[in-house]
Amino acid sequence: MSTTAEKIIGTLPDARGYFGPYGGLFVPETLMEPLQELREAYERYMQDEDFLHELDEDLANYVGRPSPIYHARRWSEQLGGAQIYLKREDLNHTGAHKVNNTIGQALLAGRMGKTRIIAETGAGQHGVATATVAARLGLECVVYMGAVDIARQETNVYRMRLLGAEVRAVSSGSKTLKDALNEAMRDWVTNVDNTFYIIGTVAGPHPYPAMVRDFQTVIGREAREQMQRQTGRLPDALVACVGGGSNAIGLFYPFLDDQDVKIYGVEAAGDGLDTDLHAAPLCAGKPGVLHGNRTYLMEDTDGQIIETHSISAGLDYPGVGPEHAWLKDSGRANYVAVTDDEALAAFHDLTRIEGIIPALESSHALAYAKKLAPEMKRDQTILINLSGRGDKDMHTVAAREGIEI
Amino acid sequence: MSRLEARFSQLKATGKKALIPFITAGDPIPDITVDLMRDLVSAGADVIELGVPFSDPMADGPVIQGASERALDHRVSLRDVMRMVSRFRELDNETPVVLMGYLNPIEIMGYETFAAQAAEAGVDGILVVDLPPEEGAELLEAVKGRGLDQIYLIAPTSTPERIKTICDAAGGFVYYVSVKGVTGASHLDLQTVESKLRDIRAVTNLPVGVGFGIKDAQTAAAVSRLADAVVVGSALVSRVEALAEEPEKIGSALGEVIASMRQAMDEA
Repeated sequence: MSTTAEKIIGTLPDARGYFGPYGGLFVPETLMEPLQELREAYERYMQDEDFLHELDEDLANYVGRPSPIYHARRWSEQLGGAQIYLKREDLNHTGAHKVNNTIGQALLAGRMGKTRIIAETGAGQHGVATATVAARLGLECVVYMGAVDIARQETNVYRMRLLGAEVRAVSSGSKTLKDALNEAMRDWVTNVDNTFYIIGTVAGPHPYPAMVRDFQTVIGREAREQMQRQTGRLPDALVACVGGGSNAIGLFYPFLDDQDVKIYGVEAAGDGLDTDLHAAPLCAGKPGVLHGNRTYLMEDTDGQIIETHSISAGLDYPGVGPEHAWLKDSGRANYVAVTDDEALAAFHDLTRIEGIIPALESSHALAYAKKLAPEMKRDQTILINLSGRGDKDMHTVAAREGIEI
Repeated sequence: MSRLEARFSQLKATGKKALIPFITAGDPIPDITVDLMRDLVSAGADVIELGVPFSDPMADGPVIQGASERALDHRVSLRDVMRMVSRFRELDNETPVVLMGYLNPIEIMGYETFAAQAAEAGVDGILVVDLPPEEGAELLEAVKGRGLDQIYLIAPTSTPERIKTICDAAGGFVYYVSVKGVTGASHLDLQTVESKLRDIRAVTNLPVGVGFGIKDAQTAAAVSRLADAVVVGSALVSRVEALAEEPEKIGSALGEVIASMRQAMDEA
């Protein structure tokens, strides 16, 4: 079909960290040199056999990769259309895709001689994944988390503390993920000599969007091979939830040159895109500059970042990785949004029909697939990135349904 | 000659160093900002640095974050800030005004529109914290065409090569961030400042300001022995914060701080 399309893989970002007009390096001067050092280390070690071997070993024996692909037969049958397959990132150590990246960045931190790790977290999954690798490598670890998120993700806060991390509550701004990111940046500016900042998503200044993507593409590389092995061909569609967008780019990237594979990124529509309460910058925002990169943002007409809403803390972010912004403009990927209610319904469906309790983040991807599958033929396939498990969301779901645990 | 250039050469002729106070526009209420700017000038300020409020000030410590939040409670926009500068200009046509803030409010307005309106309002320079020279070429072109200076930060982590790049792009003055950290940080190390200023002066003739960590008359005087300009922010804004409920008292409180710094610097 569209075989004439130009190759995408390996071409972006450019040397200045740009994906088309998006990305870049918009940070205070203090961080310019440290980011240059990081860029050099990342470029060097991604070519270094010892480093890559150690990374592969850790992914296999510590994380438990490869994660399986599971054919959700009963759910597919009930939806009456395309066959749904799940990439089971929920089965990774720590329960989500986040650890793929934290393992990589922590190994890099070690190579760079940094002794202290900092991270921001929303739902707490990236914080847990960071605290986990810091514990294992014996590194000091500080995790910044919005005070609102701390209240709705108590279990993960406790997990991080058990792992030896210091969790610092952030009470500025909207007290959620974006403010945790601001605070982590402030820490990094202050302690830049001994500190490595492990950003959890494909946003932030260059080289983070590219580096985090490269550590997460293990998802898509495995899935591409597994789907061919299990179904004899590539999937017809990929679906993943998009907050910052790391699980999505991890799945999408190795398929970008497969023009026949349709790609859907699912944002959080919260109470609905027609309300003020959502977190869907690609569907309803406009380009701007935040947290070191140019990308689509939720912002008002004065350029102030506005507070977002999603039932899922991990999607409650006003920006999105610059590569997604580019994929949207280029038309290679489609970005859609589902509401809190639709995500919750899909959460229950997968739990009751397949015996898999998904994270609320991943439930957004499931909810979109639920709309997509009936419009497709029975011999077509949809591959969903089941980016995390739902154990952390028990309190949120119960509270929403008026149940006290 | 631009107002900034005129002010620095005038100071040089009299053997004085520039005192540059920072306040956030609209903090704690929009109506008071122009009066505060004038109070600062009367107390001995040479240049006014006016903060443009932003929702996500990632290089600022808690004190200046608080200032942004108070101003944003009144929805103070970049356009409002430029209106304040216009009003100030009607009363004071000599004291240079530098806007300091983050890129996104400028980005959404559009670089050309911003540069035109800033020039029209009587702004003399802009300092965009999250816009290093590598990303600043386009905005630089827009503001240069309107006679505005783009002021850049130099940090303790800036290498000699970067210092050169920054100084080549900068206009008005360059601003050395004296500590690794956010605004309001402590522990300014004069020896490091001195050696870094030597590196900077080796590649530029622009005046060099020093800021971050200047708390009182004593540190202001010490820094003024080394630098051409002393920038003081959090020490003022913390007084605004303390008097947020009694805004009528802020002008004299800030005036006292500036007057004591002025005196110490002139005696240094």
